[in-house]
This record gives sequence, C-alpha cells and structure tokens, in this order.
Amino acid sequence: MADAANYKAIGTRPIRPDGIEKVTGRANFGADLNLPDMLHGKVLRSPHAHARIKRIDLSKALAVDGVYAAVSSADFPQEVTSSLSINILARDKALYHGHAIAAVAARTPRIAEEAIELIEVEYEVLAPVLSLDEAMQENATLVNEHLRTNDEESAPPSNIASTQKFERGDVQKGFDEADVIVEEAFRVPSAHQGYIEPHACVATSNPGGRVTIWCTTQGPFEVRSATAGVLAKTVSDIKVIPSEIGGGFGGKTVVYLEPVAVRLSELTGKPVKMVMNREEVFRATGPASATLCKIKVGATKDGRITAAQAWLAYEAGAFPGSPVGPGAMSVFAPYDLENFLVEGYDVLVNKPKVAAYRAPGAPQSMHAMECAIDELAQRLDMDPIDLRLKNAAKEGTVAPYGPKFPPIGLVKCLEAAKRHPNYATKPEEGVGRGVAVGFWFNIGMQSSAEVCVAEDGAVSIMEGSPDIGGSRASMCLMAAETLGVPYETINAHVGDTESTGFCNLTGGSRTTFATGLAVVKACEDVIAQCKARAALTWELDVDQVEWQDGRAVPKPGVNIDVDPLSLAEIAKTMSRTGGPLLGRASLNAQGAGACFSVNWTDVIIDRETGKVDVKAFTAVQDAGRAIHPAYVEGQMQGGAVQGLGWALNEEYIYDGNGVVENASFLDYRVPVASDMPMIDCEIIEVPNPSHPYGVRGVGETPIVAPLAATSNAVRDVLGFRINDLPLSPPNVLAAIDAAE
Amino acid sequence: MSNFGYVAPTTVEETLSVLKRATDQGQRAQILAGGTDVIVQMRSVDNSHRLFVDIKALRETNEVLIEEEQVYIGAAIPSGVLNENATLKTLLPGLLESADLIGSTQIQGRASIGGNLCNSSPAGDTIPALIANAAICVIATSEGIRTVPVENFVTGVGRNCLVGNEFLLGFQIPRPSTGTGDAYLRFIPRTEMDIAVVGAAVAVTLGQDGICSHARVAIGAVAPTPLLVDAAGVALVDTPVDEEALRRAAQICSDASQPITDKRGTIEYRRKVVGVLCRRAGAIARDRALSNQ
Repeated sequence: MADAANYKAIGTRPIRPDGIEKVTGRANFGADLNLPDMLHGKVLRSPHAHARIKRIDLSKALAVDGVYAAVSSADFPQEVTSSLSINILARDKALYHGHAIAAVAARTPRIAEEAIELIEVEYEVLAPVLSLDEAMQENATLVNEHLRTNDEESAPPSNIASTQKFERGDVQKGFDEADVIVEEAFRVPSAHQGYIEPHACVATSNPGGRVTIWCTTQGPFEVRSATAGVLAKTVSDIKVIPSEIGGGFGGKTVVYLEPVAVRLSELTGKPVKMVMNREEVFRATGPASATLCKIKVGATKDGRITAAQAWLAYEAGAFPGSPVGPGAMSVFAPYDLENFLVEGYDVLVNKPKVAAYRAPGAPQSMHAMECAIDELAQRLDMDPIDLRLKNAAKEGTVAPYGPKFPPIGLVKCLEAAKRHPNYATKPEEGVGRGVAVGFWFNIGMQSSAEVCVAEDGAVSIMEGSPDIGGSRASMCLMAAETLGVPYETINAHVGDTESTGFCNLTGGSRTTFATGLAVVKACEDVIAQCKARAALTWELDVDQVEWQDGRAVPKPGVNIDVDPLSLAEIAKTMSRTGGPLLGRASLNAQGAGACFSVNWTDVIIDRETGKVDVKAFTAVQDAGRAIHPAYVEGQMQGGAVQGLGWALNEEYIYDGNGVVENASFLDYRVPVASDMPMIDCEIIEVPNPSHPYGVRGVGETPIVAPLAATSNAVRDVLGFRINDLPLSPPNVLAAIDAAE
Repeated sequence: MSNFGYVAPTTVEETLSVLKRATDQGQRAQILAGGTDVIVQMRSVDNSHRLFVDIKALRETNEVLIEEEQVYIGAAIPSGVLNENATLKTLLPGLLESADLIGSTQIQGRASIGGNLCNSSPAGDTIPALIANAAICVIATSEGIRTVPVENFVTGVGRNCLVGNEFLLGFQIPRPSTGTGDAYLRFIPRTEMDIAVVGAAVAVTLGQDGICSHARVAIGAVAPTPLLVDAAGVALVDTPVDEEALRRAAQICSDASQPITDKRGTIEYRRKVVGVLCRRAGAIARDRALSNQ
C-alpha cells in the first residue's frame, strides 16, 4: 500500500460529477419521470392501528370515471406470505395506522385520491399494542396470533419475535471484582431517516409479462428481487432503473409501492406512477426502532471495566426484524471486555415495520452504553477519554461479536481527541461537555464494475451502487489513481439491473469499499489489456511491459528504444490491437474494516425553557483512507446532525390509538441549519488491509456517538442525568423542575 | 392539486363585487394575500375547488401611512417589505420582529401580518404583538368600513369575526408615544422555521421618571385564541417595570393561560414558559422605552 503522500488523485477534493445536474435542477429524481398514457396510483391506508379486515369492496372506486383499476391483497399471489407482501397490502388484519389496504390507478392523481375514498372497508377494530412494556407483558394483546418466539412450536404465541443472548466470561464474578457499578435504563424514541425525497416509482408491464420499474432506491437489484417475490415472478421478468436519490439513510432499502404499481400496470396495460406524500412517508414507511436499553457496567478504582451487561428491547413494528441484532453486537464493540452478557428482544407493536437507519440498531444501544461509561467516569473522577483509552479495543482484541479485530482506529481516534484543541480548551462556566464513542461494523458484499475506454482515452465506469454520498466521485478518484489518468477524464454511471452486473444495495457503508474494490480491479483489468496491446505493438512479451503513471513502458532492463504509450494512445489504435478496451470485475468483498469515532459536544441550557443549544461539536473518525476527504467530512457532519436531531427533538409522537401526531416536517423536528454549530472534523487514517487503498466505510458510524455525547453534555450542565431521549425542551424542563 | 379560479381585483369595490358574484353563484371564494397558509392548506387539508380573490393589488392592503396620531399598515404587505421600513422598525420594533419570525426568508417575501391574523391560529406570531400595540382591524364590508380591535378578531382556532364577504384591509395602530417600547418573544424548539409553542408580547410606556404609565400584555399559543391579559398590563403600570413587577405580570400570564397538551408542548410547560417569555419580553420592551425617552 502506497503512502498517502504519494497518491495523485486519492485525497484530493474535486467537484462531484453529479453536482451540476443537481444544483441546476436537471437531475431526475424518483417522481420526475412521466411516460405517455401514464396512470397515477394511490393507496388507501388503514385508519386503525389494529383491526381485522372483514370486507373490502372496490366497486364504487372502479365505477369512477377515469379509474382504470383497483386492487387489494386479493389481487396478489396468495401463496406469497412474506412480511414484505403483507406489509405492501394488508391481508386479514390492518397492523398499523397507515397500513396499505387497497390501491387504485386513475388518469390523474386527483381522481385516484377521490376514488380511494370510495373504497368500502369493513373493519373490526382491535386494541393496538403500542409500547415495548405493553407488548412484552405475558397477557399482551397479540399483533400476530401465529407468531411464536424464535419460531419454537411449543411456545405460546407472543409479541416477542426473537431473543438473542451472547456472553463471555463470568459476569457475576466481574461485578464482584468491581469497585464501582453503574446500572441504568435508557429509552430512545423512533426516529425518521429524514430523507427529503419521498418514495416514488413508475412501473410499466408489457403484454409479454416483462416489467420495467423506475424508482428511487438504494438498491435496484433488491427492488427487483423483492418485487419479483411479492408478485411470484422471476427476477429476469423485471428490470429496475434507479433514479437519482434524494436521501435514503437506510429508508430506501425496502419496497412499498413498486409491486403495487406493477400489478396496477399489469391490469391496465399502462404505465403507473406512484408517489407518496410526506404524510404517507411518516405514517407508512419504516422508521428506526424505539428502544429500551438497560445497561450495567462495573469497573475497578483505576478504571478497568470488569463486567458489562446489556438488556436490549427493540420495537420491530408490525413484523419481525428490528435491528436488535446489530444493536446487541455493537453495544460493547469499542471495549476489550473479559466478562459480558448481552440479551436482545425483537418485539412486535402495532406500528409501521421499522427500516434501516444509518448504523441500524447501534445508536440506541450505544447511547445507553456510552451514557453508562460517562457515568462511570464521573464516579471514578476520570477523564472520559482516559477511561475509554484504558479499555479500548485494538488490533488483536476479540470483538464482543466474535472476530478478532484487524488494525482498527479507536485508540488513534481517542488519542487525537485528547490532543485536539477543541478538547484541550475547557468549556466555559455554564457550558457542558459530553464525550462518546461511535462504531459500525461495515459490510462488503457483492459488487460489479465495468470500465470502458473510449477511442480518445476517456474512461467511463459502469457500476450498480446508487450514489447517495458522492460515491461516483470516489469511484472516479480510485480509477484515476489506479489508471494514472486525470480525474476529469473519467465518468462514473450507476447502471440499471440489466446494464451492469449484480450489485448489492448502497448500505452498510459498503459502496466506496466494495464497489470501489470492483472498480479498482476493473481498472487493473484495463491496465493488463493495455500492457498486452503495448507488448503487441512493441513485439515484446506482456511480462516485459509495465504500467507507470498512466503509461505502458518497457520494464527496466528490457532492451528496446520506444516511447511510452499512454492510455489515450493505446485507445486510439485499439481497433487494430484487439478491439475495445473493456475491463471488468465482480466480487463478494471480504474484510470491510470496522469504523470507530470519537465525538464531543459543548451545550448550554436555558433553565427556564429547557432548551438545549449545541455550541460546538467535534467528530474524530477513522476513514481507513479518505478517498475524497470533503465527502468523508460530509458524512461525518451529516451523521452528526442527524444524531443531534435524534438526541434533541426528533421522535414519532403517537396518540393512544397508535396514530402518529407529528407526520410532517413541521412537527417532526429535524434540526435546521441555524440550530447547528460548525461540525469540526478530524479524519484519522488507519488503512484497512482488505482494500488496495485502505478504505473503510464511513457513512454510518457518524450517527452513533452524537446521542450519548449530547446526553452526557446535558448531564454535565445539569449535574444530573436525563436517561431518556429526546432532550426536548418540555422533557428537559420537566426534569429540571423535578430535580428542584 | 385542485383546480381553482383566480382573480386579482384592483379596488375595494371591485373586490366586494367579485366576492358577491361568487357567493351569488354558490361558488366558494377565498381571499389570497401571500398565500403562505392557504396554498399549503389546499395541498394538505382541503383541496376542494375555490376562487382565489387576490387582494395584493389593492392600494389599501399595500400602503403604510405614518401619521401624527396613528400608523396604518396594509394587511397584505409582506413581512420582508415591512422589515425594510426603517421608520416602522423604530416605532414598532416588537411588531416587526414578530413578522420577521414567520417562516423563512423566502416565505417572508410573501407572508403578511394580515394573512397571519386571518389564518387565526392560536400560535400566529404577529397577533400578540398587534394586540399589545392596541392595533385595530380595518375591515371592508358591503356597508362600508368597520373596525374591530385585534384582540376581538380571532374567535376560535382557525375562526374569526369576518362574516359574509368581509375582508381585512389593514391595521390602525396608535402611534407609539415617546417613552414607548414593545417586544415579542416566542418559544420554539428550533431556531427558525417553526410554530410558536408559546408567545408573549409586551408594550409599555414609561414617563420621564421611568415609571410605567401604560402597558399591554398579550400571549399566544396558550389558549384557543391569542389573549390580551389586562391584569398583566395593570401589574406593570405605576412600576418601573422592574424584576419584581415583571414577575407579577408573568405569574398573571401563567394563570391566565389555558393551554393544552399536544405534540408541541404540555400544559405545564406552556403555563410556565408563557410567564418566562412575558418577563423577558417585558424587560426588552422596558429597555426600548427607556432608550426612547
């Protein structure tokens, strides 16, 4: 691996190739496509959080002039009984307020909206289960009468879909050795990913059964397989073309509209467009789990953690599948622990099925642990960074979730934080400071890339990862570095499911790592071909040629007097040397390096209104290698703002009937720009040995630490801890009043 | 989006006749000023067909008249334009600040204080400031002009005293005398782009001796309508509007509030914070009055 200083392209900050299209309004997002003769689909949603569906009568909607089709779940393959299928259109029960019940396709959106109101649905309203506490009680109302914990046939039906437990050492012995023990319970509310672009798609089906879907998604191949599954089609029946994406953060990894749009198109023979409004996004798509996390952690007087225990319950929504697993695996990940025990519960409630949100599961469990560690530091009178350094996981530590850590950057991040001027400067009177550590596993998975060289040497990359955070720029930079050609001569394109090889979704912070790896390998394929073409031209053996700074040259010692051949020169004559230059690679990437961060924030509190103002925030994070540092910083800053929003004001507020009361961005309060201080970033680079340039995913870790950092800062101001989020003005003022 | 009609009459008479014609034909007519509430509501709440009657082209809704005894402010003047009026800013800084809190810079290019009042939300930011400044609504009716004090204009959540084809032209506000200062504060969990959880406006007049001769206090978002709290004003009169007097006024505001618990705040929260804001706004109004002697 070359030293960072020797890179020509990597580490620079060129403008992104998609930038001009986006800032001039030319980029096409999910709702921007319109086809001739297109119909508009609209979904009727359940007004009840829990109800048995006795009857659905579509006839009055179908009778409306301009309505071409209406469907309910009865119009879908009944043999498919996946959660996904039942989430897309309810079967025997409506499982949450906003659950899709039926849909129509009409000439205009307005006709469709009017027609769904005419659909008659007879409900038997049932009591909803709306909280973890309620759902986990023994005699709780059941969201799903057929669900048994861990699929154990002998067990009684339960709202607990699954449990998990993993442990090491002897927790009791560890707590016995502790001089100080902290034991607290923490609640984190459901939060929305906050993507600005609502879900949208257009689907068209031809008489031969071939389907094309244009949609906004993080994973066109996953849309293809999910849609095929619901409709009992094969994936080869379906082509998915991803649009530009207006934010996803995990929320666009699942499908809601696409199978319905396809079915409506099949029934009408016309393209069908479906676009959610904001309210539908809030009511019917998956937020992050609300959680209850109990933590117990003990340490000796000198700050060595002797045992740690976590009890984690995550709301899954109406179907199994909360991220309690990753929550459980991440809760103790930053620490080298001899004794620990983690128990996790995946719990059904009558709310929308949760979806991924940036480091799914980790912000909630690590909020609890990082608050507990802070409390430990207070009681031990230790600097919170020193306490973490004393127990930090490092290369060789066996992670609580199993593997032995390869080189990781936690210690370097903690050390960098300790000497950072923002940390060295102590907060002024009245200002509180809170520190927390963040972590995410990162994933590899499957990616493909093709690199084509045009006759003038211009390079185009075709890959399958929707670009959410500037990944096309990163692909171009890695290609520029590998090929030795200028960044400006390279373009990257996100293909559809039939123009590029299989590619898993953009998620798990995998794109720059795994798709980047495929791009690098495809570039190496091009280089191999270029060397062969040069060898042919020079009448040498291919192993007598090497690639240097974007040019083929004879190897040292090869006795021939020729000028080097650049990529452009080789491309110019490629028709005579074997035809087009086309490199390709496909892989299942292994060894995505874990990513750690350290965040701290300074806050002040208006004690008469309970308002917390964030005065400063610093993020230190290991990027392995920052391919495009500005976009790494963008991820760090964006994640910090989302985490701060979750800590301070964001929450789904449900009424007693399971209806979201704040289904709009007016009352679901993400931070606005003026709420936020500058988020200072320091990128640490501990290269990932599994990537040629050392890349680690950086997209998810940034949201993890801000929750606890904020809680800890509020504790520092108030002198007592508020365990539950959000730290909204009414909650903070009530806590202040209660303490007085 | 609904289909809708649109007309933009240029005189009060024409506006009234357009409204009458629409009514006679059984058509729903809706007055449009900046549209920052009604257009959003048409998208989100009620998209039924209507005729928009745009009143921005009327002289009476667009003029500012600063006279010896009173100030007249047209109902449809955008907040952004009002805040460029240096004289108004000196005379009624609290009122202009309240208009400057609505929405974003872009919204303020359209949003007007007349529209804010006619939307009749309990949380309308300019309403307490108008009430504290004793503003009078000037209303066009088929029988001529009628006037209503702002505190009597809003009759319930989203409801007001306009009947039939009446519409709001503007506001008459007594020109603040020497030694007068006003202020409006609202509480929102963010820094902008939000709806008041609690609001309070105070206007005070101090004599040469620094003693308050006149005071009005109004509160918002803590009852179905913005409220004039007479007793809070009385508590400030004959005092130097010091901490002690302000605390009394604050307590009166808290007691006068009738808040609800909703997604934006609890009863306990609003009751407490309305007092805090009354006290803080009162101190700002006092300091402005003192610097205006």
